[in-house]
Amino acid sequence: MRVVVAEDLALLREGLIRILQAYGFEVVEAVDNGPSLLRALETHRPDVSVIDVRLPPTLTDEGLRAAIDARARHPGLPVLMLSQYVEQLYARELMSDRAGAVGYLLKDRVSDVGRFIDTVRGVAAGATMMDPEVVAVMLARHEEDEPLRALTPREREVLALMAEGRSNAAIASRLFVSEKAVSKHSNSIFTKLGLHPSEEDNRRVLAVLAYLQA
Amino acid sequence: MPVIHTTSRRGGLRAGLAQRMELLGWSLLLLLASLAAFALLVLWSTALGLVLLGAGLPLALVATVVVRWFADRHRGWAGRWLPAPVARPYLPLPPGNWFRRLWVILKDPATWRDWAWLAVDSAVGWCTAGGPFLLFAAGLFYLLYPLVFALTPPQVFRTPLGPRFHLHGVAESFAMVPLGLLLLVLWYVGAVPFARLNARLVRLLLAPTEQARLRARVAQLAASRAETVDSQAGELRRIERDLHDGAQARLASLGMSLGLAEQLLADDPQAVARLLAEARESTSTALAELRDLVRGIHPPVLADRGLDGAIQALALACPVPTTVGVDIPGRLPAAVESAAYFAVAEALANAIKHAGAHRVDIRLEYTAQGTLSILVADDGRGGASFEAGTGLRGIARRLAAFDGTIGIDSPMGGPTNVRMSLPCAWS
Repeated sequence: MRVVVAEDLALLREGLIRILQAYGFEVVEAVDNGPSLLRALETHRPDVSVIDVRLPPTLTDEGLRAAIDARARHPGLPVLMLSQYVEQLYARELMSDRAGAVGYLLKDRVSDVGRFIDTVRGVAAGATMMDPEVVAVMLARHEEDEPLRALTPREREVLALMAEGRSNAAIASRLFVSEKAVSKHSNSIFTKLGLHPSEEDNRRVLAVLAYLQA
Repeated sequence: MPVIHTTSRRGGLRAGLAQRMELLGWSLLLLLASLAAFALLVLWSTALGLVLLGAGLPLALVATVVVRWFADRHRGWAGRWLPAPVARPYLPLPPGNWFRRLWVILKDPATWRDWAWLAVDSAVGWCTAGGPFLLFAAGLFYLLYPLVFALTPPQVFRTPLGPRFHLHGVAESFAMVPLGLLLLVLWYVGAVPFARLNARLVRLLLAPTEQARLRARVAQLAASRAETVDSQAGELRRIERDLHDGAQARLASLGMSLGLAEQLLADDPQAVARLLAEARESTSTALAELRDLVRGIHPPVLADRGLDGAIQALALACPVPTTVGVDIPGRLPAAVESAAYFAVAEALANAIKHAGAHRVDIRLEYTAQGTLSILVADDGRGGASFEAGTGLRGIARRLAAFDGTIGIDSPMGGPTNVRMSLPCAWS
């Protein structure tokens, strides 16, 4: 799989490249600033890109803006944003085109290498993958709402993992239950929230996120 | 009371007359006030004299309070006729015993300026303040002179302009009517200039002198600077402590875990796996702590998106529904953005934590006077005050460094409105 990496700190850039290569990704270009990133995304049209939100020259949210620009021109171009901190505002902006193939993670999560690689592959395959911290805040906003209070604790766990973008199989292995049990929970969640159930993982995640963002 | 402007051409005679009549009332009131000023002057001087003789302390204090109240009424009146209100010049009174208070009152130059004003007002007030009323009264009197002539006994009102000008009948007395008209015209034309003149006189003696104004400003700046320096030092200490107990300690333990893992690599791969998992956990925690610390120093989203975006982000991360309205042209100075952001964040946290609000509304507006005005309104249980929490006092301190202000309207049972204002260009 062809990857573009954008990260201005050499130490972290090398670390990311090393991890990605170890898992068989081909890093076609690694850049350290916003304008080069936009150029790299245009020329390579990578299968997925791993991008730091904050990039030179302005050292503001340049990486995020470049990613959103590129996706405006090439809808669904897979991007995984990394950052030292997560903002609901940025999560919302990334998801607002509803094209999927987008991820937003704290940089710390990279240290859980297996899960990080799952996320990269998920985004490349078109999934929407949000950091647990983003999801936690979204859930907190609806804590008092009627339909969410009707969920059992287990269903809430499943909902949180679904919102992070995990597939049924991933949720099952994380909660040590069968995939069938997960799909039973998710059907119950969708009924309680009044959403249309969907077999396809990504559409299901988008429905949950749209619900939580309201 | 509404501010009265000079009559515009379109306003016409009616509005002009209404204004003149109001001024006439004021003129009469101020005329009586200038008589009262004389009485106060005598009372106050006597009281102060008695204090010097060792008695009359309560009388002097009461007289001072009355004089200041009296002067304040005049300041208020004068402010309406001048481009800016007339400020109160007095030094703040210290708490504690009456002698110290009286001493401060006696030391205060504004006290002696009040005294001078009482003297001036009782001497010339009848003319500057009472002028319009006297003109009007005299005008009316001469206008109705024939009537006066006819109704009074033959010995009085026969020589209106001195002994050499003797009127012999009602018909001759009509000679005074034009004089009455002239005086009334003078009254009509002169009413507004007279009021301005009187207002200037009040300002001349009752407004703070430039020196007093600067002295008060210096005292205020010194106090807010001391607070700012203090709170900054406190912040730095807190950051140092957080780093020392948090990230630094975690990195040290991380090094130990890795060192141990290196030793055990050959003998006990299972223990190594456990140590490495611990080490990873440790980095995550350290990063989370650093993240919180950074947010407390300068939230990255504020640098990225300015105040507008940062407040939106704050609202999105808030567990209760929060609406945001921001009307700011472009970016403000970084220090103002930061102060405003933390003030809003604190007010929002209060609304959620202490007031148990279900809805919060945040409005930011940049006014024409170059001031950022902020409103944080919630539907919680109210009862917020500066005494109740350190948070609001903290905001007040932060804002004071910018000459900003904060006002809280929070009756028991809610709702709460926290209004803040922050000048964006400061002196």
